[in-house]
Amino acid sequence: MNIASNKELQEQATAETVVVRLAGDSGDGIQVIGSQLGLASAMAENDLGTFPEYPSEVRAPVGTTYGVSAYQVHFGGRPIKTIGDEADMLVALNPAALKTNLDTLKKGGVILIDVGSFTQRNIEKAGYESSPLEDGSLNNYHLLDPDISKMTLEAVADTGLNRKASMRCKNFWALGLVYWLYGRDRSPTVEWLNRKFAANPDVAGANVAALNAGHAYGETMEATATNVARMDQPPGTYSFVTGYEALAWGLAAAAELSDRQLVFASYPITPASPLLHTLAKLSDIGVRTFQAEDEIAAICAAIGVSFAGGIGVTSSSGPGIALKQEAMSLAVSAELPLVIVNTQRAGPSTGMPTKTEQSDLNQALYGRHGESPLVVLAAGTPAECFDLAIEATRIALTYMTPVILLSDGFVANSSSPWTLPNMDSLKKIEVKNHTDTENFNPYHRDPDTLARSWAVPGTPGCEHRIGGIEKDYATGHISYEPDNHQKMTDVRAARIDGIAKSIPPLKPDQGEAEGEMAVVGWGSTYGPISRAISNLRARGLSVSHIHLTHIRPFAPNQNELLKGFRQILVPEMNSGQLVNLLKAEGCPHAEKLSKMTGRPFQVKEIEEAVMSRLEATDE
Amino acid sequence: MNEQVNTAQLTPADFTTDQEVRWCPGCGDYAILKAVRTVLAEVGARRENTVFVSGIGCSSRFPYYIDTYGFHTIHGRAPAVATGMLLANPDLDVWIITGDGDGLSIGGNHLLHILRRNLNCQILLFNNETYGLTKGQYSPTSHQATRSPSSPGGSVDSPVDPAGFALGCGARFVARGVDTQIKQLTEVLKAAYHHKGASFVEIYQNCIVFNEDVFEDFTAKSNIADHQIQLESGAPLLFGKDKSRGIAFDPSSLGLKTVDASSGEADILMHDPANYNLASALARFANPDNPVATGVLYDNPAPVYTGHPVSTGKRSLEDVLRGGFSWQVGKNE
Repeated sequence: MNIASNKELQEQATAETVVVRLAGDSGDGIQVIGSQLGLASAMAENDLGTFPEYPSEVRAPVGTTYGVSAYQVHFGGRPIKTIGDEADMLVALNPAALKTNLDTLKKGGVILIDVGSFTQRNIEKAGYESSPLEDGSLNNYHLLDPDISKMTLEAVADTGLNRKASMRCKNFWALGLVYWLYGRDRSPTVEWLNRKFAANPDVAGANVAALNAGHAYGETMEATATNVARMDQPPGTYSFVTGYEALAWGLAAAAELSDRQLVFASYPITPASPLLHTLAKLSDIGVRTFQAEDEIAAICAAIGVSFAGGIGVTSSSGPGIALKQEAMSLAVSAELPLVIVNTQRAGPSTGMPTKTEQSDLNQALYGRHGESPLVVLAAGTPAECFDLAIEATRIALTYMTPVILLSDGFVANSSSPWTLPNMDSLKKIEVKNHTDTENFNPYHRDPDTLARSWAVPGTPGCEHRIGGIEKDYATGHISYEPDNHQKMTDVRAARIDGIAKSIPPLKPDQGEAEGEMAVVGWGSTYGPISRAISNLRARGLSVSHIHLTHIRPFAPNQNELLKGFRQILVPEMNSGQLVNLLKAEGCPHAEKLSKMTGRPFQVKEIEEAVMSRLEATDE
Repeated sequence: MNEQVNTAQLTPADFTTDQEVRWCPGCGDYAILKAVRTVLAEVGARRENTVFVSGIGCSSRFPYYIDTYGFHTIHGRAPAVATGMLLANPDLDVWIITGDGDGLSIGGNHLLHILRRNLNCQILLFNNETYGLTKGQYSPTSHQATRSPSSPGGSVDSPVDPAGFALGCGARFVARGVDTQIKQLTEVLKAAYHHKGASFVEIYQNCIVFNEDVFEDFTAKSNIADHQIQLESGAPLLFGKDKSRGIAFDPSSLGLKTVDASSGEADILMHDPANYNLASALARFANPDNPVATGVLYDNPAPVYTGHPVSTGKRSLEDVLRGGFSWQVGKNE
């Protein structure tokens, strides 16, 4: 039964949005049910945001707090741009999950636990001195405490699975109850299970049985179900995607739009690896992936691909990007197209690899030797990941330059509904190989783009030698001439600066193009900033949201636009890297709002920061 | 495309660029350069289809002097760059030029991986047992106790044997040549060119500035006969004046030994380049008591690496985008 379509319930109070946080042991299948809840919500005409949080250990000992994996889903009947500041409901499949996630639940929120997992031993393992079920510490919450373990075993008893395999279905039992509570339709999940376990129908059947049993439990216990608003979405074909999927598909789309071979070379690193995994599955549409022996080999192979006429793409996270820096400078000197994706994580060094941060902006801008300007773009949503993968490739091919595309653990792993693009409507990337042998010189430049000619091996009459050593402006041969080095340094910089001409003018994402304050962001702070600004604007405040996707070079009108605001506030998950760049490049009144906890901004943090500044200026 | 593709046989001069060669006068690299140009002409290589890739070091200036496509990259990474080129275009004929420092120190990792993957390319490692470009520090192939600016009391590192390393990496073609033995070097390079897969050639090269005559004990004209065994496929392993000495199996060490061949009674081995154990033993068989093996030690082709298979036409990108769970909102127009 679909509760949301139940007339009686619709007359009850309707929640505009709901935040559900699922937590359990790393082996409990939390990520699976989280993404299923997201999918079911998307198909129930909700907008939503999701975010997985998992431990950095592969599989920590069962029942320990450091082995807890979580997944947060925020869904509802208005545009959702964040994962939600606080959860309305927490599903905790063991005591450790309760212990580590209770602080994310709002007071009065619903807790669903598996009472069967609250054994003395598990309670102690989680570090509780007394059972939280008995010591009154959960008095401020609404507790649902079925014995999920026992009821799951009963529900799947007929499927022929052994006890261990049967117990693995308890995540779907819990999901079934969540579905009942929020009126989610089970059919997409049933379809997904049947597809996923097509080769193993017993497992599919057991999970479906558990899902149904959890759902039925909700009906029989007469728990209060919440009706969730639906939203009017623009017409189109929708899918539910993660940032890394959208990025992978964007790269594949760019290869198609430019009619060139995409070769993606990378070395596994958290949280960048899912991009490799996704692209590896696209070999049947012509995408080539190469798992190199190390980060340096990965970028060098990508450079070799571009030298040979393909699109070389490499990807990593901060520490791996650091290893690629010498080769990036080679690509700058050799003036070859290259796309470098950095899925940022918290640092420094190994830092907190599964946590999110935006602290590699300076690395992207300056992390090379010599004067090595290149292009820096940043994606803040799955849709932007798709668009900017194409944009990065367009710039790299058109201007013969490396481009760094910044993503982060949050935008890569979170998911949201996405309007599928129409491939026919996407603009082709027209870049031809140079084949004219007349007066051929590899460093002859297009007067408009300043890009050098791209003659690829296999082209008769255009044989040439390039390398990292400085080249003569006129002939491309090795040159140590002082004046020539100045000229080449200048032209490499001018080429990157000139890309601004091809970038669409920047306009506010929300609000007027001038006013009291602009909140300027880049990357995955997009969601919390956007929601905060729409809340503040609903209260009548003169605040605009400006979101930057092009960080080097900036959009041509950026300074002009920012000058229209009395105050500029820049929230960043770093200590102020963009704000320093803005100050250096003509926006001295920019002010930072820094957060470095490994977790995304909450909406209220941004609202409060804006309010405090606006109130201060009122006085 | 250029309509005037000349398909006539090219000469060594056709592979010569207009760039002035800047190695020290008397450097062994000149002879190697000449041999490579000769080989390219003799095997019928096409300029437009050939790429020379190098790292950093004296030897790595090589691409500037060959009139084909060329890429002088960064220290030690030429194999990785070459790998990308071959992934994008497996039809290219790729030559990697490296030195003992470039290939075995900073680039040891990449050398290992290109060999075990077996990409179709030629790898020429110029071994002079010194860092020439950075002014004479000891290198990973330097003999122990080598005195150099960074080892004034003599180096303490144990040297690596390039051919043994390559065999250990799973290389399917391993050979040795000498800069002053042009006839043999040319034959070795031709064999490397014709081998499908990664061909590894170590070339003993004389650095006249920092390490002159370091290989003199087996490369000097007067020493070749007694201190080198020049390998030939299918021929007995004989050396010495009048071929009076030979190499036989030594059951006690499971290795090789030098024996007197003049009596005709010794059980002299025949050279079989497809025999891995023989190649490994020959790679290790060396001075002062035994001859250095030069020529093709190992040639045993295996499938060439072309990366994970890629196909097109089964699915389109549209299929991929719509292949997950997608749904329609509003009218489907």
